[in-house]
Amino acid sequence: MTALWGGIVVMIVTCFALKYAGLSVPQSILQHALTVRAVELIPAGLLGALIAVQVFADGSSVQVDARLLALGVAAVLLTLRVPFLPMVVIAAAVAALVRQL
Amino acid sequence: MTSDRSIVIDSLGVGLATGAYGVSFGAISTASGLSVLQTCLISLLVFTGASQFAFVGIVASGGNPLTGALTAALLGSRNLFYGVSMAPKLELGPGARLASAHFVIDESTAMGVTRENRRQARLGFYWTGISIFVLWNLTTFIGALAGDAIGDPRTYGLDAAVGAAFLGLLWPRLASWTGRLVALTGAAVALGLVPVTSAGLPIIIGGGTAVLLGMLWRPRSRS
Repeated sequence: MTALWGGIVVMIVTCFALKYAGLSVPQSILQHALTVRAVELIPAGLLGALIAVQVFADGSSVQVDARLLALGVAAVLLTLRVPFLPMVVIAAAVAALVRQL
Repeated sequence: MTSDRSIVIDSLGVGLATGAYGVSFGAISTASGLSVLQTCLISLLVFTGASQFAFVGIVASGGNPLTGALTAALLGSRNLFYGVSMAPKLELGPGARLASAHFVIDESTAMGVTRENRRQARLGFYWTGISIFVLWNLTTFIGALAGDAIGDPRTYGLDAAVGAAFLGLLWPRLASWTGRLVALTGAAVALGLVPVTSAGLPIIIGGGTAVLLGMLWRPRSRS
């Protein structure tokens, strides 16, 4: 089994286990204030990190290119309340166009 | 009180809007080097959007797939708490819990958790969860075929689409100052680590540092 398949299997098992545990575990165990707060913050922290790496990293170097422009376009579209899918498509198209120039 | 009919209609609306963006996952995933089979299995068996995007994003940037899986699990940890809030609303037996767990995601929880009784909670939860599941997998397959066919993802800006997709997922959390601070910290730490650590690690360390700081930092007005 390749490393990629290994990662996929681990992801499948852990993500399902988290969903199932939530429905099954007694309330009191997970209602600790610190845990609740940590879980609230995890998506913001990870998504912030993911965006930075996705937009600026090229291997182990940091680069500014069409991806940053696309992110800016996405931010403007989100401010204008454009739905998810058109927002992603337009941002990608802007990056593609700029690269053609 | 909301009628059953309007709950079903609202749920299908959310299902349609959310399920459609499986196409962007499918395209990005195969353009990142995953096969159509792997892409479709992920949507079928992981079925939690942000985690799926994170996994393929890390794999595409040359990260270890296990680091990708760990990031996916951390992002999926919110489903644990969705389950905790849904369990008393749904009142499911052991078998039904096993069959229903897969549908515990952001949208199904949002559409189920506010209902006044068990019947309506179930209506909102299942109609939303199952309609997204069906459409998400269908559109993943279509997107996967498209992503496979177009060759270099950069030509169509697909690498830039990932950042935009993450920003779309992050957007609602930027409404609060805590959310903004945590996201910005995560981004800054991750970016600083890109030149010095292997791919994937900056995301976990950046995200982890941001969460720790966020827990220490409390806005004075309300926390």
